[in-house]
Amino acid sequence: MKILSIALNTFRENLRDKLLYNLLVFALLMIGSSVLLSRLTLGEFHRLILDLGLGSINFFGVLIAIFVGIGLVSKEIEKKTIYTIVSKPVARYQFLLGKYLGLTITLFVNTVVMALGLLLVLYAQAVPIEGMLFKALALIFVEFMVITAVALLFSTFTSATLSAIFTLAMYVIGHLTADLKTFGAKMDDLSRGILNGIYYLLPNLERFNLKGHVVHHLEISGSDLILIVVYGATYTAFLLFTASLIFHRRDFR
Amino acid sequence: MMPNSDLVVQTEQLSKVFRVGFWGKRVTAVEGLNLEVRPGEVFGFLGPNGAGKTTTLKILMGLIYPTSGNAWLFGRDLGDPQTKARLGFLPESPYFYDYLTSREFLGFYGHLFGLWGAVLGKRVDELLELVGMTHAKDLQLRKFSKGMLQRVGIAQALINDPELVVLDEPMSGLDPIGRKEVRDLILRLKESGKTVLFSSHILHDAEVLCDRVAMILKGRLVACGRVNDLMDQGASHQVELVVDHLTPEGLDHLRPLADKVVMQGDRMLVVLKSQQQVGGALEIIRSAKASLVSLNPQKGSLEDLFIREVTGHHSPSENRA
Repeated sequence: MKILSIALNTFRENLRDKLLYNLLVFALLMIGSSVLLSRLTLGEFHRLILDLGLGSINFFGVLIAIFVGIGLVSKEIEKKTIYTIVSKPVARYQFLLGKYLGLTITLFVNTVVMALGLLLVLYAQAVPIEGMLFKALALIFVEFMVITAVALLFSTFTSATLSAIFTLAMYVIGHLTADLKTFGAKMDDLSRGILNGIYYLLPNLERFNLKGHVVHHLEISGSDLILIVVYGATYTAFLLFTASLIFHRRDFR
Repeated sequence: MMPNSDLVVQTEQLSKVFRVGFWGKRVTAVEGLNLEVRPGEVFGFLGPNGAGKTTTLKILMGLIYPTSGNAWLFGRDLGDPQTKARLGFLPESPYFYDYLTSREFLGFYGHLFGLWGAVLGKRVDELLELVGMTHAKDLQLRKFSKGMLQRVGIAQALINDPELVVLDEPMSGLDPIGRKEVRDLILRLKESGKTVLFSSHILHDAEVLCDRVAMILKGRLVACGRVNDLMDQGASHQVELVVDHLTPEGLDHLRPLADKVVMQGDRMLVVLKSQQQVGGALEIIRSAKASLVSLNPQKGSLEDLFIREVTGHHSPSENRA
C-alpha cells in the first residue's frame, strides 16, 4: 500500500512535469512526419512508416525513462524531500520500488499514447496492421522497464547528470553487445572469456527490438517471446535489488 | 548501557564521522554524544551553525547511520517501523513536493501511515486549521512563501498525531510573527502532552520555550540541563548602578568596588564586581549625597553561556559599557 501511494505520487509528479509533454509532443510529431517522408520514397512506404514510427516510440520512450528516471531519486535527495519520507514508517526499498512503479505507470501511459498515434497514422495511410506490431510494442515497453531500472540504480549513488550520462551509455552499449561476442570470437581464450563475461553482464537490449520482424513480416515463436520478457523481468529485478542494497546503506546528507 | 523505555530519546556515545572529498578526508560531525529526552518535555538542542545538530537529528530519524555508539527512541531501535509511526519530523529549510497542493501534500503523507478516505480528510482539515493554512488548501506549494512552507511542514510532521515531534531549526528564516506562531504551536504541542525536540541557534526561543536544553559545539556536548540552572551558570552576577551628581571624592571611594565606570556628563554608570559590593556602594552614594537612578542585577542568559563556551572566554557583559 505504501509502495502504491509513493507510485501514485510519482505518477502525479510526472504528469505535472513539462518535460514529459515536450518529449511526447516531439514523439507524436516524429510519428506524423513519417507520412511526409514516405512521400519521398518509391513503393516501400509501409516499411518506412513502421520503421520510423516504432523507432520514434522507442527513442522518445527511452529519453523519458532516462530523463525522468534519473530525477526519481537524486532529485528527492538534492531537494531533501526524501527526509520526510524516510523518517516515516516507510522502508527504503519501499520508497525505491514506489518510485520505480510510478515511472513505469507513466511510461505505460506514454507508450499507449504514442502507439495510438502510430496506429492512427497507419490507419490513415491504409497500412495493414498486423499482430506482430503489438508484440514489438510490448517488447519496447519491456526495454523501457529495464532502462528505467538502470537509471534508478545509477541515481541511487551518483548525481542526476552523471546518471543520465551513464544510463545513455548503457542504452547505446546495450544495443551493441552482440558485437562484443563477435569481437571476442577472434581473440585468445582469456580476452574472449572477459568479453563474454561483459556480454552476459550488460543488458542485451537488441533482444527487445522486433522492428525488423514487423517491417519484413517475420514471425517470432511464442516461447521466444516469453523468454525475452522473462529475461527483461529478471534483469530488471536484479537491477532493482542492487539499487535497494546500495540505497539501504546510504547516508542522506 | 541498555535502552530505557521511560526515555523518549536516548543516545549513548553517539558519533558520526563523514568522509568528504576525493581522498575521503575524515570529518567528525558528532562525537561521543549522550542525550536524554524525557516524556512530555520541550527539549532544545542548541549550538552554532555546523555544530552537529542536524547530523544528530538525522541519525535519530534514520536518515544517516552513526559511525559508533547507540541511540534509541522510546527504548526501541531507530530503524523500527513501530518507532517511526510514533514520530513526526520537520527537516531544516524543508523543500517539499511543490507540484502538490497543501491538501494533496498532507494526504500523501497520511497514506504512508495508512490513513485514507474520510478519516484522512478530517485529519488534514484539522491540521490545516491548526497551522492556519485553511485559506491555501488548494494552492500548489510552489506558490508558497517560506513561512507558509514551514507551516505545512509542521502540519506534515503532525499527520500521525506523533508522541515525539522533532523540528530542525523550525524558527530559522521566519519573520517575527512567524516565529511567534511557531513558538505558540510548540507550547500547544507541549500542552497536549507531546514531547518536542527542536534544534536552534536562536537562543532566545530556547529560553522561552524549553524545559531543558543541550548545547553542542563541534560535535561535543558542552552543557545540558534545566534552562534556569544553565542561565545562572552563565550569569556574571554583576550589578549595574546609574548614579547622578556623584562628587569626585565619592567616585574615588567607589572605584575600588567597581569593575568599570563610564561617565556621561553628570551621570555615571558603575558596574560592580558582584552583589556583595552593593551595600558598600549604596553607603558611599548616600554619604556623598548623590542620587541613585537605577540598580540592575545582571541576569544571565543562555547567550552568555553560549558565547563563553564558543569563544572560551568570559561573558561579554563584563566588557559591555
